[in-house]
Amino acid sequence: MTDTDKGAYLKVRNVLKKFGEFTALHDISLDVAEGEFVCFLGPSGCGKTTLLRAIAGLDIQTAGTVEQAGRDISALPPNERDFGIVFQSYALFPNLTVKKNIAYGLENRKMARAAIDTRVFELLDLVGLKDHANKYPAQLSGGQQQRVALARALATSPGLLLLDEPLSALDAKVRIHLRHEIKELQEKIGITTIMVTHDQEEALAMADRIVVMNHGVIEQVGTPEEIYAEPASPFVADFIGTTNFIDGEVQAGGTVKAAGMVVECASALDGMAPGEKVTVCIRPEDVKITEGSDGDAGVAVEITDIEFLGSFQRCHVKPRNAGGKAFLIDLSASRARALAIKEGVTVQAALPPEFVRIYRPAAGA
Amino acid sequence: MANGTATTANAAPLIKPKVSGEDWIMRAVLMGIALYLLISIVLPLYAILSKSFKNADGVFVGLANYVNFFSTPALFWSIQNSLTVTLICCVIVVTLAFIYAYALTRTCMPLKGLFKGVALLPILMPSLLPAISLVYLFGNQGIIKEWLFGYEIYGPIGIVMGECFYVFPHVLTIMLIAMANSDARLYEASDALGASKIKTFFTVTLPSVRYGVVSAFFVCFTLVITDFGVPKVVGGKYNVLATDIYKQVVGRQDFEMGAVVSMVLLLPALFAFAADRLVQRKQVALLSARAVPYQPKKNAGVDYGMLAFCGVIGFILVSILAMAAYASFATFWPYNLSLSLKHYAFEMMDGGGWDAYYNSIEMAAWTAVIGTAMVFTGAYLVEKSKGFHTGRAAMQLLCMVPMAVPGLVLGLAYVFFFNAPDNPLGFLYHTMPILVICTVTHFYTVSHLTAVTALKQLDAEFESVSQSLKVPFYKTFFRITVPVCMPAILDISMYLFVNAMTTVSAVVFLYSPDTALASVAILNMDDAGDVAPAAAMGMMIVGTAAAVRLVHAGLTRGILGRTQAWRKR
Repeated sequence: MTDTDKGAYLKVRNVLKKFGEFTALHDISLDVAEGEFVCFLGPSGCGKTTLLRAIAGLDIQTAGTVEQAGRDISALPPNERDFGIVFQSYALFPNLTVKKNIAYGLENRKMARAAIDTRVFELLDLVGLKDHANKYPAQLSGGQQQRVALARALATSPGLLLLDEPLSALDAKVRIHLRHEIKELQEKIGITTIMVTHDQEEALAMADRIVVMNHGVIEQVGTPEEIYAEPASPFVADFIGTTNFIDGEVQAGGTVKAAGMVVECASALDGMAPGEKVTVCIRPEDVKITEGSDGDAGVAVEITDIEFLGSFQRCHVKPRNAGGKAFLIDLSASRARALAIKEGVTVQAALPPEFVRIYRPAAGA
Repeated sequence: MANGTATTANAAPLIKPKVSGEDWIMRAVLMGIALYLLISIVLPLYAILSKSFKNADGVFVGLANYVNFFSTPALFWSIQNSLTVTLICCVIVVTLAFIYAYALTRTCMPLKGLFKGVALLPILMPSLLPAISLVYLFGNQGIIKEWLFGYEIYGPIGIVMGECFYVFPHVLTIMLIAMANSDARLYEASDALGASKIKTFFTVTLPSVRYGVVSAFFVCFTLVITDFGVPKVVGGKYNVLATDIYKQVVGRQDFEMGAVVSMVLLLPALFAFAADRLVQRKQVALLSARAVPYQPKKNAGVDYGMLAFCGVIGFILVSILAMAAYASFATFWPYNLSLSLKHYAFEMMDGGGWDAYYNSIEMAAWTAVIGTAMVFTGAYLVEKSKGFHTGRAAMQLLCMVPMAVPGLVLGLAYVFFFNAPDNPLGFLYHTMPILVICTVTHFYTVSHLTAVTALKQLDAEFESVSQSLKVPFYKTFFRITVPVCMPAILDISMYLFVNAMTTVSAVVFLYSPDTALASVAILNMDDAGDVAPAAAMGMMIVGTAAAVRLVHAGLTRGILGRTQAWRKR
């Protein structure tokens, strides 16, 4: 890669994209380091694909700049940029064989026939399709087609790999298998990669960093662990995994009372006055459950419904005290056995401060 | 947050996307084709419009010509005549084609393939030919003229019969498409809810095809009211707008009145065109991707009833063609019915002789080659180029104009435009190229829509992928787009070829002694009383068109088998 000053490989600055009156991207700024695997994650219509297409130059942004490897590419057409792309539909050329598809970008670069063949063979090997070189795309399975598309995008050794929902057209099993494969491949080549997905599990499993987007703005950027454990907003908490939103009230002495439970969380309360209404978020698996009688911070809850989800059980619980709203608790299969969980049983629930996040109720959201 | 966004967004520099060299090439080619359409349709239309406001000396006279038209009963009665026969034809053909299409798609009638083929026969011939055939059947020496109970074939009866024959395949095609859009799930639901067959027909079948019926009605209306061949041969003294234009121009040399009648004919054609576009737009969303195609079940009563119905229609269609064929071989109708090739000795007649036939082949071939290349390239650029929204929208609009313009109006417009003394393109007048230009333009819209449909089925990201691979768009066009769309490209070229062979209306004003065409020769020989040779020339066109269709079918199959091996799993 080009020897640029310490900075990021890809720099997106204040990007704004309008479609007529509709603003699809509001003031997006983002850095991607060289060799990094970044996922744009969000619900449909959040602007993640728009941002990817702006970076590719396929739908150039209305305002703001994009810099790649120190070069300002903001206004350049796609063929003057340096990237490979895989679309959800793969867009494989149906009348060309696998080999010809992969060689498509190479044949235009005045490479010797032998050099092209070597490169194509290398790529076929890389994606494990050596035996299918002379087949047409329609003769391949969805997963195989996806790998051909990937090989074609990598053939010209671009500096940046863009993946637009590359796995969403595939069966669940194939998807899980391929996401490992893509991640391994990416690490092996070390290519800077941006993937768009609406599947949070996919993003958590593959990305070095996740960019969570909603309504054309970035909600949070962070590693999968950060995004999961410390969601920056109720939206992120809700979108990634499952979260309980419990209404609470700030009390004197750095505590919050929610559903009858008292949480010590002084650090999370900076600037909040006693009496202020807040939203308390906690993952279902982080709620602490003990058998029997009331502790100091806990509250008695009745299990009203149990969903069996394989390796764990999701319990719908309702606090015994009046007015407490129902919430969810996840228990591993073994823990559920140990506690002899079944519907109608009452247990003790508590919110461990280290897992609780406090948000001001979002105004108008 | 909204405020914050606004301020920072204002601070960021606006980006003006760089237009690449490739984009410029695409725009230039697109503009070239748009310029072609401008010259070949918009400017001629302007020429004919302005002509209708001028007198013979070219002086502007306002509405004087129109006043003249509407104060001459012999002229404006043609409006009523045209509308009368057209509406009668519409009712008859739409009804018959509806039942025929129903039989082909929704019953288990035997011999469906045969009936589908028979119904498409009229496409192969110029509309003059069925009219000539009617003369042999019902004319003064017709073999079954008693069937008309003393009425004359020359007049509204003959026009209606001839037009019904001529437009049947066009209307049927639309009906078949509409009927194919059926969702078996609706029928199952109707069945499960206990609805009777009749009730199902009115609550499920009819609503699902209503747009198709309306569209068929408008297409039928346009085809009949603008057709010139049938009323020319069997119209007799019953004047309609289409024959009036011809009479004013060729008979009376009154070009201004020809222009006025053209404008009058253009109005209903424009109206029908606009209404049809509106309806077509609604048709699109009717069928969801999850629809399950309807599978008809056996029902002996319905199936054999339909077989009888289609048998009668098919027999009539074949009879009319067979009559023309027989007439062309009969030595001297009706006295000497021994077969001979005497009437195929075209050198003996006026009308251009065998040269006219070869000219037609040459013209059709050029039309097919140039037309297909231009139409497909134009459709590709409209569909796949980026940015340049105004130019693409304008092109899209231009592509639709030819459909709304009747052939006679187009042909006469060419006379005014290309024959104007100050037109630098005047050298084209009376040449082969002007016939090709006129025919390509005349049939541009349907070809364009065929190409657009095929292009829309391609993955929208082929172009994005090739850009990311830095492959120029024209390489992808020739290596991917053209091969993948080859079936549609062949369809377009066959459509253009067959129509170029059979068309009369536009070229009748444009041929010269050196460029006489087969279809025009039919007209002129029929005019001169050489009816049998006219039928013979008609059979030459039918034979050629049929042969081309066969070659097309063979080519399509061959290409699908060879270059499109990828279609097979």
